[in-house]
Amino acid sequence: MENTKLLTFARTAFKNLFKKPATVGYPYEPAKFPEGMRGHVEIAGDQCICCGMCMRSCPPGAISVDRAAGTWTIRRFDCVQCGNCVHVCPKKCLTMAPGYTAPDVKKSSETFKASPLPSKPAARPDDGKEAVRPAAQVAGGK
Amino acid sequence: MAKRSIVPFGPQHPVLPEPVHLDLVLEDETVVGAIPSIGYVHRGLEKLVEKKDFKQYVYIAERVCGICSCGHGMGYCEAVEQVMGLEVPRRAQYLRTIWMEMSRVHSHLLWLGLLADAMGFESLFMESWRLRERILDMFDATTGGRIIFSVNCVGGVLKDMDHALLKGISDTIDVMEKEFTPIMETFLKDYSVQSRLKGLGVLSREQALMLGAVGPMLRASGEGYDVRKLGYEAYNDLDVQPVVAFDGDAYARCEVRLREVRQSFRLIREAISKIPEGPISVPVKGNPSGEFFMRIEQPRGEAIYYVKGNGTKNLERFRLRTPTTSNIPPMVELLKGCQLGDVPLLILTIDPCISCTER
Repeated sequence: MENTKLLTFARTAFKNLFKKPATVGYPYEPAKFPEGMRGHVEIAGDQCICCGMCMRSCPPGAISVDRAAGTWTIRRFDCVQCGNCVHVCPKKCLTMAPGYTAPDVKKSSETFKASPLPSKPAARPDDGKEAVRPAAQVAGGK
Repeated sequence: MAKRSIVPFGPQHPVLPEPVHLDLVLEDETVVGAIPSIGYVHRGLEKLVEKKDFKQYVYIAERVCGICSCGHGMGYCEAVEQVMGLEVPRRAQYLRTIWMEMSRVHSHLLWLGLLADAMGFESLFMESWRLRERILDMFDATTGGRIIFSVNCVGGVLKDMDHALLKGISDTIDVMEKEFTPIMETFLKDYSVQSRLKGLGVLSREQALMLGAVGPMLRASGEGYDVRKLGYEAYNDLDVQPVVAFDGDAYARCEVRLREVRQSFRLIREAISKIPEGPISVPVKGNPSGEFFMRIEQPRGEAIYYVKGNGTKNLERFRLRTPTTSNIPPMVELLKGCQLGDVPLLILTIDPCISCTER
């Protein structure tokens, strides 16, 4: 066979004898996560208005938002770290942070307290200027 | 005529990364026929398009396969964008191209490691995979995920790369190219590698074309067919020449993939030098209505994405034809006449991805 060599890998193999291991001894050594890694979802509960956009856009359905109770719940083991909730959140209160969810023996969920907007806008004091909608508009809506 | 016997191969086998089953018809030690069967990892992901929003489905499309994830997400998005008539910003197209070429390097290095492992060349396997780690780290830094990137969205991409990050990629590519040289040298010139691969599983150009081989499998048989020449995304600005080898054996398939890694390094550098400034996505309004066929070149070969929308937020149909689906008939053909001991290596040379095939 033309263009054939023997021991082509000997040089690399010899160099490797004196190199440090390429792997990290996790969990005995801490793992290094780069900035911007999509590890898990975090929420700033005080900014969340419980709009439920994240719940509706979550592909595996891992998030549930209870508007009445003002809670935001995530099932960490269902979450696939796609980041879609972060992308759609109108208040930008969700973020993806580095670091994976720790292993567990059961599929638990985490609940956070949010500050929902009141379900109806607060009634304005009646100053007598409240316009009465024409009857046609009321009856002939869509 | 020697006595025929049937030996079952797979679905679990040390050389197979994923489950495929073959009934090998043997005459003594020689394979005279192979009957493939798949269906061990079917997940019904195409059907799921009827349940999920078309924007959500991007995340499902890229989970069809771990190795081709960037391409699956991109192919699906591109098909939906064409249906909706969206003009993706040029910068987003360049970013997609850079990630796509990085995926190609990552996929080929993975395959080279598996090939070395199948030959019993363990240290070469480790060396290939150590180099692959650099690409995975770059993915982690630029997209936030090592395997599943989730950067593609309908209308563009979700993450931008600043100048420092692009410079970092370019520098890492330079280092990788230096480290790749001894690996390439070993695969191409080593006596033991050559004696294991040369003349094994020859597929002629006519056979490859007739049986519908795609990707490196087809190019190793002497046909210069590469879907990137169509000029989707930013490929029309880049100098893409199909990498071709002519022997059609296992060595040629290895050579094509090795040279494609080099080509991808060059394309990434070229894309980084030409990337324009600008927005990375366009707003999406309305729902897709209509149908489109999108073809892209995945690391394993040509993949086809068919999308049909009916004006609602759920698509009516999504069909994905993956490269391994078309490479199974040529694989069965090249197994005929080989020795039983060569079967694992030959199955590996088509770079099978069964989870893609079954979806």
